[in-house]
This record gives sequence, C-alpha cells and structure tokens, in this order.
Amino acid sequence: MKRSRFPLLISVGVMLFFYLPIFLLVVGSFNDSRYGGPWRGFTLKWYERLLTERDIWAATENTLIIALVSTVVATCLGTIAAWVLHRYHGALQRTHYLFMYMPLVVPDILMGISLLLLFVNFSAKLGLTTITLAHITFCTSYVTLVVLGRLQDFDNNVVDAALDLGARWPRIIWNVILPMLGPGIASGALLAFTLSVDDFIITFFVCGPGSTTLPLYVYSSMKHGSPTIINALCTIFMAVTAIIVITGQFLMNRRQPVQQLRS
Amino acid sequence: MEHFIELRDICKSYGQQAAVCNATLELKKGEVFSLLGPSGCGKTTLLRILGGFQYPDSGRVIVNGQDITDLPANKRPINTVFQNYALFPNMTVWDNIAFGLRVARMTRKEINVEVDRMLELIDMQDHARKKPGEISGGQKQRVAIARALVNKPQLLLLDEPLAALDLKLRQRMLIELDNIHDEVGITFLYVTHDQGEAMSLSDRIAVMNNGSIEQIGSPVEIYEAPGSSFVAAFIGDTNFINGQVKEKIDHDYIRIELEEFNSVLAWNDKQLNPGERVDLSIRPEKFRLFRNKPEATPYMNAVEGTVEDIIYLGAQTKYWIRVGEKLVSVQQQHGRFLLDETPITWGENVWVCWHANDGYMLQRFDEEDASMLPLPPEEDLEDDEEAQ
Ligand SMILES: Nc1ncnc2c1ncn2[C@@H]1O[C@H](COP(=O)(O)OP(=O)(O)OP(=O)(O)O)[C@@H](O)[C@H]1O
Ligand SMILES: [Mg+2]
Repeated sequence: MKRSRFPLLISVGVMLFFYLPIFLLVVGSFNDSRYGGPWRGFTLKWYERLLTERDIWAATENTLIIALVSTVVATCLGTIAAWVLHRYHGALQRTHYLFMYMPLVVPDILMGISLLLLFVNFSAKLGLTTITLAHITFCTSYVTLVVLGRLQDFDNNVVDAALDLGARWPRIIWNVILPMLGPGIASGALLAFTLSVDDFIITFFVCGPGSTTLPLYVYSSMKHGSPTIINALCTIFMAVTAIIVITGQFLMNRRQPVQQLRS
Repeated sequence: MEHFIELRDICKSYGQQAAVCNATLELKKGEVFSLLGPSGCGKTTLLRILGGFQYPDSGRVIVNGQDITDLPANKRPINTVFQNYALFPNMTVWDNIAFGLRVARMTRKEINVEVDRMLELIDMQDHARKKPGEISGGQKQRVAIARALVNKPQLLLLDEPLAALDLKLRQRMLIELDNIHDEVGITFLYVTHDQGEAMSLSDRIAVMNNGSIEQIGSPVEIYEAPGSSFVAAFIGDTNFINGQVKEKIDHDYIRIELEEFNSVLAWNDKQLNPGERVDLSIRPEKFRLFRNKPEATPYMNAVEGTVEDIIYLGAQTKYWIRVGEKLVSVQQQHGRFLLDETPITWGENVWVCWHANDGYMLQRFDEEDASMLPLPPEEDLEDDEEAQ
C-alpha cells in the first residue's frame, strides 16, 4: 500500500511556519546588509559590533541580575506555597490558590499598570528593584503551579515515615522532601528564569532610567537602531538557550533510575 | 505488673463522624496483637494515634507507665511499617535502612554493622544498592520492616503490610513475619482486615467495628466464644438462632424454644433463666449430617430438614439445609464414614446434629450483623440447572 504523503506535508508545513522566521533571523545575522533584505554576502561584522556595543552589555547584565534574583526568590516562595497548598485544605488555602492562579490569567498589561501604580503610590524609585519585585510576583505563581503539579503524586506517608524514624523537620526537608521534589523545583526555576529573561510588557511599565533589560533594548533598537545587530544578538541568545535546554534534558535523563521489570 | 502499652478511652472524630470511640487496649511485652475489622472501622486511625501521627480528641496513650499522648512521632520509641511501605524513593535500600540510625547519630561503623545485619535478616544483601523503584513488592515490604526494626523499637506497628501482595507471597511473608518476631522478640501491633492473617499470627486479637472495639481475646476465644453477633459473623461463617429459654435441664444446660424450628438444648454459660431471650451462634462445621435419625445421646440435638443446595468448596462441601422456616448452613469434610455410602444430594431428607456445647450464646445480637452472612445462591439459578 502506498503511504499517504499528507502527514509529511503537514509536518513540513508546520515546521516551516515555526522555524522559517528563526531561520531567516539566523541567516540575517550573517548578512552583509544594513537593513536586512536581499543577501549581500557573508559577514561577522554584526557580531563584532555586538561586542563593542556597551549598552547591550549593560542590558544583559541587568537582565541576568533580575532573572537570577527573581528566580531564586520565586523558587523559594513558590515551593513553600505549593507545599502549604498541598498539605492543608481549607477556605484559606482555596483563597490562597486563587491568588496564586490570578497572575496567570490577568493580562500582562493590567499587571504592569497595577504594579506601576503601586510603586508610584509608595513613591518607590523605578529601577532594577521594582523590576525584580514585579518579576518575583508572576514567577512565584508559575513555580507554585509547577511544583504543585509534582506534589500530586507525592506520598505524604514518606514524611510520616521519616518522622517515625525520629527525624526532625530540617532533616526531613533536606533529605527527603527536597530530593523527591528536586526535578519539579528545578523545572519551576527554569520556567521562572526564562519568563523573567523574556518578559517585556510588565518590565516596560515598571522600569526606570538605567534599568534597561534586553527585551527593552531589543525593542528600542528595532525602532531606532540597527535591526541586523539584533539578529546577531538573538542568534547568540538562541544558541545559549538551546545549550542550556539540551544540557538540562541530558542531566534529567541520566538521573532517572532504570526501571526494572518485576521478577 | 503494669501493662507495657495502654490506650485508654481513645476518641477521635473527623468533623461529625467518629472514626474511633472509647477504644481501650492493653498490650503485653513481646506479644503479637492484631487489630481486625472491616474497611473503614478506624484501625488505621487508632494505629496513627499510637504512632503519634495524629492526636486523639480525648483519651491517653501510655507506654511503660509513661503518658506519651502529647509526644510527637519523632520522639516515640515506636516504629511503623506503613500500608504502602512509604520507602524513600530517592535513597537506596541500604540508605533507607540506615536512615533511622543516621538520625540517631550512630557512628559509621555501627551503622554498617547494624544495616548489614538487617539485610541478612531480610535476605536482601544482593539488593542493597538498588532503589525502591527497582525491587518487587515483597522485597519492598521486607525493606520497610527492616527500616523500622533496625532502630530496635519497643513496639512495631504494621498497617496491613501484606495487603498489596498476592496470595502465595502473602502466605510466605506471613511465615517470615512470624520468624522475624521470634528472632527480635519485640511487641507487634498488626492491623489487618484479613481474619486469616490475624488468626495465624496473633497471640491476641481486638475486633473492631464502627470505631469501637467489640471484643479482645485469643484467636480461639474470638472464634469459639464470640462476644457479639458482629464478631461471630465477621470471623468465619455462622448460623444465628434466636429463641426463648423454656426450662433449665440441669445446672449447665437449658432447653430453648426456637422461633424457627423445634426446641434444642444448649449450654447455659450465661446462666439465663426461663423466659429470657437467647441468641445462639453455631458454626457450620460444628454440625454433622445423617440420612437416618442417629441414636439419641445426652445433650445431642438432632433436627430434620431437606437439602436445599450444595456448594462444593474443594476441601469441604457446604450444604444449605431447610429446617422448618430456617436455612441452616452446614460444612462437612468429604469423608464418607460419617455419612452413608452415597453422597447426599439435592432434595434429600437429612438429620442435622450437634452437641449442646457447640452452640455459643451471644451477649449482644444485632439483626444487621446477621445480614453480613452469605446467603445461598438464587433459587431460579437452581431451576435453570434442573431444566437442562
Ligand atoms: N483524614 C480523614 N478525614 C476525614 N475522615 C477520615 C480521615 N481518615 C479517616 N477518615 C474516616 O475515618 C474512618 C476510619 O478510617 P480508618 O482509615 O481508620 O479506617 P481503617 O479501619 O484503617 O480502614 P481500611 O481497612 O480501609 O484501611 C473512616 O470512615 C474514614 O472515612
Ligand atoms: Mg487502614
């Protein structure tokens, strides 16, 4: 029987739809033409320009600082929140869950405006601190939900067993709960990190002078500067992300125990 | 002497519903004590209160004369084998067993010695480096026992440790548990809803129903002298016969007028007087079936009935005999020397005989418990068979 070509066609179509823009971006970053457009020959000069552009380095630094701080804080807060929501079930917890869920469904633009109003009300100086605080709020929600998902198949008896064997809480948390939740917490943290690095809208509202992040920088260069240099920047960004994701996958796979058949 | 472990008037409810009420238990040092009862009767709740994972609403938990009701689980000299094992999935078998010793800050050398000794006891030396995900159910169970035992607790709690295993493995593990108990000699509190497990393992059994303890006694007492209709019906199979005391025959025996059929003799261990109501429980295997009326002997009961149904059980055969209004279940070995030459068949006229001592008077009788007993197969099924 002749196999239908239809599924293949669909796959190719979808792949093109997803990856053609990225492909064009990567190609564009090596194009010796100031405003993109037709191919003018291979060049690395955009990458060289990238290295010398001070603003980019400043923005990268800002982005990384914000992302790291908010990831660490959000992971801690989110994990604790998830544990509480998992362990106790009451009216208080239902409300807590609702609050945790809100930032996911509220439009970013609303979040941005309301946070801005809040900061202005407290006459806080807009800058790295306000951006970091804003990022912590929505990252915490994501971490909570991811870890809560992992907790669905967490056996509470294991904690009882540790108590039964005489362990105190610090040891139980460190030796029993965290190792079991490790993968969940790690994926929550990764998600938080990427969301923070990525965020434009909320950051846009709560940023101040001298706190330009990469997404903000990219946006403004697209409007006022050279788009080609952005192509180069994005290509590097993509390469770094790909390496991180692949390493993460590799580590996860290696840590999974070999499931043996029951004898 | 004071009892080793005492639970005094323990009550615990979840919202409106009482999970355990007024439970009082005393355990002796070194015995195997079982909590037996149907699902949801509060066994786990009672066990968790003893283990310190839950606190009772009222009542006291006393170990060695010391009140430990308010002591948290990690300070009690008690270890638990959980219903689903609850091994630490991220640790190897070896580390699982060593956990309690590490918590107790024993030296590395001592830990090595103790863990290896335990691994030998449960015969798992070859699997020490595996994770719980890589061993079988029976092996997990042994690791769970070792993990608890290695701490040398004064009391080991086991919550239906064999529930997840298949029949053959269950029987093997039961023997192993018994051996382990003989070897370490500590007190076991064993929770189960399987009467076979409880009977074969325990020195004493507490039968629970609806959150309260119905009876405490040795397996023989529980089976032969059930305190209530619930116990009689839950442990094994039985026939309930209700009637009124007609007369005292002598000091020990009475004649009972039954609602369903003729009057019978019974041992008067409750010292009832004429006119009082009486509820008898007679186990199916206490009866003997005869084709012809056997010669009367003192204290022998013989009633006439017809065979309504026969169920072949392999090792034994179960007969449903209609005696007057009542269906009586009778269990017999196949040996023909007790009967006549040919096996008894459907519709035959038979004599059901038993000794007056084989019926046991119940202190408490509840109609509802009688409905727990198995009923004979549907009548119309039988008709179908005859039609074929
Ligand atoms: N956390 C809880 N919240 C509310 N009710 C509960 C809780 N735990 C137990 N119960 C109720 O308490 C009663 C006793 O439960 P328990 O777990 O002690 O039963 P069990 O005898 O161990 O049953 P099984 O043999 O099925 O394990 C049950 O009716 C159950 O529904
Ligand atoms: Mg239970």
